[in-house]
Amino acid sequence: MQRIDTQPTHEYQGYRICPGQPFPFGASLVPGGVNFSVFSRNASYCVLVLFEKGAREPLVEIPFRGMFQKAFSNEPVWGEFRIGNVFNMTVLDLDHEAIEYGFRMDSGQPRAAAGQPAFHRFDPSVVLMDPYARAIGGRDVWGQKPDWQAPYPHRSRVAFADFDWEGDRPLEIPLEDLVVYEMHVRGFTRHPSAGLDETVAGTYAGLREKIPYLKKLGVNCVELMPVYEFDEFEHSRWDEQQGRWTKMNYWGYSTVGFFSPKAGYAATGRTQDGTMVADELKNLVKELHRNGIEVILDVVFNHTAEGNEQGPTISYRGIDNATYYMLTPEGHYYNFSGTGNTLNCNNPIVRDMVIDALRYWASQYHIDGFRFDLASILSRDQWGGPMANPPLLEALAFDPILGKCKLIAEAWDAGGLYQVGSFPAYGRWAEWNGKYRDTLRRFLKGDPGESGAMSQAVQGSPHLYYGRSPTASINFFTCHDGFCLADMVSYNDKHNEANGEGNGDGANDNASWNCGWEGPTEDVSILSLRERQMKNAMAMLLVSQGVPMILMGDEFGQSKQGNNNTYCHDNEINWLDWSLKQRNADYHRFVRNMIAFRHAHPVLRSKDHLRNTDYVGSGYSDISWHGTRAWQPDWGGRVLAFMLCGRHAKGGMSEDDYIYVAMNMYWDALPFEIPRLPEGSRWHVSVNTGMPTPQDIFEPGSEPELADQGNCLAGGRSVLILVGRSAGP
Amino acid sequence: MGFSISVEGGQGEATIKLVGELDAAAAPQFKEAIEKLAVDKPQRLILHMDQLEFMASAGLRVLIFARQKMGADVSLYVIGSRGPVLNTLKMSGFHHSVYLQDTYAPE
Repeated sequence: MQRIDTQPTHEYQGYRICPGQPFPFGASLVPGGVNFSVFSRNASYCVLVLFEKGAREPLVEIPFRGMFQKAFSNEPVWGEFRIGNVFNMTVLDLDHEAIEYGFRMDSGQPRAAAGQPAFHRFDPSVVLMDPYARAIGGRDVWGQKPDWQAPYPHRSRVAFADFDWEGDRPLEIPLEDLVVYEMHVRGFTRHPSAGLDETVAGTYAGLREKIPYLKKLGVNCVELMPVYEFDEFEHSRWDEQQGRWTKMNYWGYSTVGFFSPKAGYAATGRTQDGTMVADELKNLVKELHRNGIEVILDVVFNHTAEGNEQGPTISYRGIDNATYYMLTPEGHYYNFSGTGNTLNCNNPIVRDMVIDALRYWASQYHIDGFRFDLASILSRDQWGGPMANPPLLEALAFDPILGKCKLIAEAWDAGGLYQVGSFPAYGRWAEWNGKYRDTLRRFLKGDPGESGAMSQAVQGSPHLYYGRSPTASINFFTCHDGFCLADMVSYNDKHNEANGEGNGDGANDNASWNCGWEGPTEDVSILSLRERQMKNAMAMLLVSQGVPMILMGDEFGQSKQGNNNTYCHDNEINWLDWSLKQRNADYHRFVRNMIAFRHAHPVLRSKDHLRNTDYVGSGYSDISWHGTRAWQPDWGGRVLAFMLCGRHAKGGMSEDDYIYVAMNMYWDALPFEIPRLPEGSRWHVSVNTGMPTPQDIFEPGSEPELADQGNCLAGGRSVLILVGRSAGP
Repeated sequence: MGFSISVEGGQGEATIKLVGELDAAAAPQFKEAIEKLAVDKPQRLILHMDQLEFMASAGLRVLIFARQKMGADVSLYVIGSRGPVLNTLKMSGFHHSVYLQDTYAPE
């Protein structure tokens, strides 16, 4: 039996078509053909342009309105394939693997002059990428020089949904139990030291091969820097003398298509017409899940790759400029993103697109969560003003399909909105806690008077997130933006000359300290201090309540040569150098064991804020504060000590050891009086960053007992962690 | 180089031998063969690929189709795949859904 709605009604140059379905937007496989659906409020004219894959000239251009032939006859017939503001058409018998498609649109109004402000920027001479394209061709192989004159550079493709997930589901690990690893897909395995075959180096498939490493490191979540289709050649610079690209859009914070995976990150992008790109990424997600590792995507919804008035027309501005972008009353692009334009996220159409995209990634790619780049932009209204109750953020917080996804905001934007602690959260959103980072960096380098702020930070910043959870706080010392950890302890100032902007780009205030010499040195005492400071940082991070995040490379102390804004370097500055794992083996061992320490101790991973009282009758508060004298914290100095009562672990629902942490950021050794444990329990040394390896950290279960149970000595600039447990059976 | 396919049904076991280049034009033949075999509900489907030089995505999609059409109870064996064909299977993760063997040895 044949379905009536898959029967052609019209014919155009040999292509049989029928009225399509408005939902879902984009190109979808339907029985017998492909359904195309695209929104434009202001276009009066739309044409579907079909290409053979990779071809410069179209196969056919089918208008959504005009004279057609009746199907199976030569009789002329009028046709208009539009419902409301949505153009929709089904084309039957298409070889959907072999084609690419786009649209032309026009409004019948005078054209906007190039480079001039305008509300509408229709240009029927340009073929437009589908905003809902699930696969995009044109940059299939990373770094392969494109044809700059190509009339249709970013090409919509039809995607498949036949991946065999074999029962895989998102892991739904509680947020408080995560250890996040922020990473770049290409940078992770592109360096020759990764030891991978050239065909998979720097790809999703390459990352998959390194999953055992991540598992051994102990992280249970990877946060992938942008993997939506972007153009690595945006603002790229070729150096004729050096014969190489000196600048590329390496990080990828500039979206071309919100529904499509970055084809150039797929090993199969090179060989399989792009049709296996999605499968390769899905396979990576499946394998990560099999190994207990979640996947969070860093998503960029604040702007697109189309830039300002001078930028290229790829899709959105040619489809409906006034809908997709925030415009000034004069028709200029608002620039809250610092990149030329701002996506009009609280316009209902754009809001739906954002939600549709995230639902698509959550359901089709089994993504566990999202980190939103410059998320504060998402709280601005259509004229740029911040809203108390932004509809997009509310909709995402309450979305049924995203109901178990982690939602993480970078709670600021380039337009001056800074919302750390005040981001509209609806009980769902977590934040990159920039204040945590700044406090810990200052405390680490020995600034006086930070211990009070530190006490808040290690508790999950209740001063910022009162009424929320410690998990609202994503804790970090370093992220892709700013100094990496090795540079944070090796440079006082940024050194961004390689970016070609006269060292003018990147943040100036880094709260970093070079330990006595700017940059590389042979001085053993400085090198040793730097390593200790990195260990101190990892220890502080991993004993803090909240969600720790570690930057790729920091686990073995990779430097970025003092560059704190490496967005444009597709080279050794950014590529992970795996040989450091051996060269810095002692430090790497410390990091691995420190992560294991966190996993071993539920008392470090509270879902609710600590109460600073004893609510289980253990005789100890859930957290108590100390200084060099027990029970006498010094809120003005460079020292902080605290004790966590294991009987309060997970709100008293779990049993754990007592944990005592002494942080001495004073330059000299200090004696610490240790609080007394309950009868029958003894203190054991878990971590002492003042000691050389392997006495710097002991694997959980193998900690030696502390000789003097009442006092200990913490070396200058070092962290001491003791675990208190019963002396034996 | 062309493409040829030979199919053998047996007791609870079906064997397909793929030779040459499995491109988009050849894929429908392969798919048709799978559909026919699925009717007999074999317990094992053995795909000999030692003489398969190339597999386009269309061919891979038929493999995915086969996996889903046959159902989880049917064991799929991919025998003797090599070179670019093997690479493609691995990158797309399909090798996890099947037994990948040099010579056929039922598990």
